[in-house]
Amino acid sequence: MINTIFLYALAGVGLFSLGLYALIVHAHLLRKILAINIMGSGVFLVLVSLADRTQGIAPDPVPHAMVITGIVVAVSATALALTLMLRVRSETGQAELLEEPPK
Amino acid sequence: MNLIFDTHWVMMLILLPLFGAVACFLWSRQAVTLGLITAVSVLLSVIALTLQVLEQGTLRYAVGGWGAPLGIDLYVDGLSLLMLIVTAVVGVAISVYSSAYFKPGKAKHYWPLWMFLWAALNSLFLSADIFNLYVTLELMGLAAVALVALSGSASALAAAMRYLLISLLGSLFYLMGVALLYHAYGTVDIALLAQQVESSPAVWAAIGLMVTGLLLKIALFPLHFWLPAAHSSAPAPVSALLSALVVKASFYILLRLWLDVFPEANLALSYLLGLLGASAIIWGGIQALYQTRLKLLIAYSTVMQIGYLFLAFPLASIIGWKAVFYLLLSHAIAKTAMFMAAGNILFYGGHDQIADLDRVAQRLPITLTAFGLAGISLMGLPPSGGFIAKWLLLEAIILSGQWWWAIILIAGGLLTGAYVFKVIGFAFTQAEVPHEPRMVPKRMEWVTLTVAVLAIMLGFMAPQLLALMDLGAPFGETMS
Repeated sequence: MINTIFLYALAGVGLFSLGLYALIVHAHLLRKILAINIMGSGVFLVLVSLADRTQGIAPDPVPHAMVITGIVVAVSATALALTLMLRVRSETGQAELLEEPPK
Repeated sequence: MNLIFDTHWVMMLILLPLFGAVACFLWSRQAVTLGLITAVSVLLSVIALTLQVLEQGTLRYAVGGWGAPLGIDLYVDGLSLLMLIVTAVVGVAISVYSSAYFKPGKAKHYWPLWMFLWAALNSLFLSADIFNLYVTLELMGLAAVALVALSGSASALAAAMRYLLISLLGSLFYLMGVALLYHAYGTVDIALLAQQVESSPAVWAAIGLMVTGLLLKIALFPLHFWLPAAHSSAPAPVSALLSALVVKASFYILLRLWLDVFPEANLALSYLLGLLGASAIIWGGIQALYQTRLKLLIAYSTVMQIGYLFLAFPLASIIGWKAVFYLLLSHAIAKTAMFMAAGNILFYGGHDQIADLDRVAQRLPITLTAFGLAGISLMGLPPSGGFIAKWLLLEAIILSGQWWWAIILIAGGLLTGAYVFKVIGFAFTQAEVPHEPRMVPKRMEWVTLTVAVLAIMLGFMAPQLLALMDLGAPFGETMS
């Protein structure tokens, strides 16, 4: 029987894969940044759900601490990514990365 | 003397650049002075730490007194100490160089970011657990991306954006691996994991994820596509930092995990890494030959030199690991000198088209000498640091009986020679279109030459460096 915890972890892996797919197929930078965030949420879900290893006993707090650290990192990274995206748009007129050989 | 042995230098190495960064940000007019003071004090702290470690052996420091598995431990052995030393040496040289390179408007952004990057690098090399490595990896990535975007041009911004996405993607793969390892063993401490990890599906999934994530960040062929643009569109001191230190930091994590955490390495995976390394050497070398811009040529040369680092994986011998670690150190120094030289040439002529170098040999003789010396180390000619590293690597290859790697080693040396001489050749000819020259500050030229001479000198320091690598036996116990 698949227990609920395992199901949560699987959902986390699902989010991770969905995010990876979206990151690859979408050209618009905002979508790429959202995709990275969804991948991150997937990892966090895996961490939190796997912390609850023994049913009935309080879950392991260490992965929760890791997730909080991870969220802080994700927020800063997203802030930087959004700023960069706006700068790219104001310089080139579009929020996409053009496929061009570096010259 | 007690001051040296009783101070917690490991904490100083993280706190000094952090305080330096904040100070440079707050008093942006004095950013250059503050940055230089910080750089010198970090170098002095590294020297003190070296003395401490030589006296007392490997060092473990529990931050806040918590200790593993709950707290964060810092750990120093030969591997991390040498990374700290090379970072400090390159760091001081780049600080001196940057003090003349940037105009005040840019300098006030550059210095805080560079100090944050330094703090991230130092804490990365000191980390003793795989989760802290993730955090420092992200800190390093964010600072590095901001530095790439510094020039503000459209191409630099696009390169920075791509670099950021790749860097975040790599980190998430790595973090997923951390999650799986923590689930399996209930700890993130490298030393504790080393005792417990056994071959199992969960561990192999974790290894796959972590190795993929790190390879993206190291830019091993064919995952190198983002590197040339990012490294070549950044300002020269930043290019030097990225090629010399940032890429190496990700490789350092891979090396640590491979040697300590991952169970008896999978033969197929190590051969795959060796094969990718060999492809990187050939592909990077050929691409470097075809480049028309100096900084892109040097960036492709980095793609190539990264390949060498992976030749040790299929050899899996102590001497092989030491050889590539030696190569890592000498490449860091030589590549710093090379990007600085390119920076001087760019500063002087306002462009870095190789065909239009316009008698740089007569006009910037110090810079061209430095470029040549760095080239000697990259080619692996005696008596440079690169020569000792490749000699050791050849010895490891012969001992392992896998002679085919030697062909790659020699072909790589020839390719390096070809692209270095291509640049030097054009430095003697007159350009068709004359450019308006701008005087290069003497400080920038002399520091470039100093670093280049150091790249050669590294060849004479082999006994000391190899002895330091044995400290704490990161590569395993030596038999003889």
